[in-house]
Amino acid sequence: MLLESIGRVSLSFWNQTKETLFLLAQTLYWIFCGPFRKKPVSRKNLFAQTVFGGIHSLPIVFFVDFFIGMVLAMQAAYQLEKWGATIYVASLVGVSVTREIGPVLTSLVIAGRVGAAITAELATMKVTEQVEALETMGLNPVRTLVVPRFLALLVMLPCLVLLGDLIGMLGGYVIGTVNLGLPSGLYVDTTIQFLEKKDILTGLLKSAVFSVIITMTACREGLSTQGGAEGVGRSTTRSVVISFILIILADAILTGVFYFAKT
Amino acid sequence: MEAGADSKQAVIRVRDLVKDFGGRRILNGISLDVYEGETLVVMGGSGCGKSTFLRHLIGSISPDSGEVWMFGKNLASAPEGEMDEIRKKFGMLFQSAALFDSLTVGENIALPLREHAKLDENIVQIIVKMKLELVGLRGFENLMPSQLSGGMKKRVGLARAISMDPKIVFYDEPTAGLDPIMTAVIDKLVVDLTKKLSMTSVVVTHDMASVFRIADRIVMFHQGNMVEMGTPEEIRNSKNPLVRQFIAGEAEGPVSFFQQGDDYLEHLTAGIR
Ligand SMILES: Nc1ncnc2c1ncn2[C@@H]1O[C@H](COP(=O)(O)OP(=O)(O)O)[C@@H](O)[C@H]1O
Ligand SMILES: [Mg+2]
Repeated sequence: MLLESIGRVSLSFWNQTKETLFLLAQTLYWIFCGPFRKKPVSRKNLFAQTVFGGIHSLPIVFFVDFFIGMVLAMQAAYQLEKWGATIYVASLVGVSVTREIGPVLTSLVIAGRVGAAITAELATMKVTEQVEALETMGLNPVRTLVVPRFLALLVMLPCLVLLGDLIGMLGGYVIGTVNLGLPSGLYVDTTIQFLEKKDILTGLLKSAVFSVIITMTACREGLSTQGGAEGVGRSTTRSVVISFILIILADAILTGVFYFAKT
Repeated sequence: MEAGADSKQAVIRVRDLVKDFGGRRILNGISLDVYEGETLVVMGGSGCGKSTFLRHLIGSISPDSGEVWMFGKNLASAPEGEMDEIRKKFGMLFQSAALFDSLTVGENIALPLREHAKLDENIVQIIVKMKLELVGLRGFENLMPSQLSGGMKKRVGLARAISMDPKIVFYDEPTAGLDPIMTAVIDKLVVDLTKKLSMTSVVVTHDMASVFRIADRIVMFHQGNMVEMGTPEEIRNSKNPLVRQFIAGEAEGPVSFFQQGDDYLEHLTAGIR
């Protein structure tokens, strides 16, 4: 009984992974080979997706990262105070925000905001025959619907992460200077001293991978939706949950790879 | 009609079309031809597979067995490039109109033009206005689909379906859910387009008034089978009890209200035994 359900879950997981990879292959095909076959993706659509996925996500990303930066600083201070090394709050916040917390947290927020919206929109289009209408007009749904969303998030998520990193460190700075009484200049210097370009790049690379996870999961769920309004709701929930799981898994794998690659 | 059949060109040929969904047979060996310039009406009760049949004709689902030929090309084996060429030659009005919510009425109609035809933007605008005029919606190009009534959506869907001047137009229940006047308007549009622009039309409907207004030829489906095919006159005089019941719109007859496969008594007592 238990084995059976484990088997069923892993089978459906495997099928979904296959579908997702197939969709990714199609998306890449349309990005790289499409422009030679047909008109490129409409710039207006790309712009609209970028604005929605990127600019409109700034407030929530800033909010989350700022407060997490503050929390990190307080946590670190609690430990470091014992050793009289409170100044290292700056470096600890800087490194953990750029390497880990910034990319993962920002991506989770975006999966909830943008991924869910993509799935809901595509799912609604699917159940109201709009996707089929596109096909009958000779407009490939992957090219018209998936590619602009994919490209928009691939560009915007690393940008959001970079800005989120800055805001997260600002949160730490506020705690460090106001509550812990650290000198402002020293805090900034320590942060910069311990920040490595590699850390920032690692974070950006991760966020690019996460953006692929978010759009591919969201688009696959949306385009495979069946069964009216209820189906739209189900797909949207699944899209967010699956994105969360895959982001965390990918983060663990990538962190491991970068850690062992270093030594 | 047999005598004239040879002289007419079949633009669509369907042969032994079979489709199962989840173990249930939806289409059970359909074979028919659609001739150039005619209006073929597919009628039959809800759930008898009419929409599924249309989806095979437009190539959006492929048959389990059997073939669909359009303009002499087998849809199942046509390569993607050839399929794109075929798609430019037909249009489809979906049951729910399927307008793109994020685009205005005008953009909806212009979408296939902008995609497939390298036309000047001014020309596109003129074509959009012409198509809207044709369906009686002059000046509506800047409205969003959500601002339209059901009948208006259907007409915009029709304008979009014919924006590329297709040779064949498919209609999935163009008049379902519309008031009698709007039904007559849409019927007249279908007839006008077929006769004036010499298009071929395949219309799915279960509205009997519409059927006899627009049809050159009628085929009736029942549970995935073709039960009757002929001219409106032949259908009206058909002896087939299924057809008679459908035309008269009676609850009692050979078409059973219950569609469940299992025996009712067995179903009721399933928990007891
Ligand atoms: N994609 C699908 N998956 C499973 N069953 C389907 C699908 N599409 C249609 N069906 C089933 O096929 C039958 C015929 O549907 P349809 O062709 O839409 O009927 P109608 O004649 O009312 O247009 C229905 O019982 C429907 O449940
Ligand atoms: Mg139908």
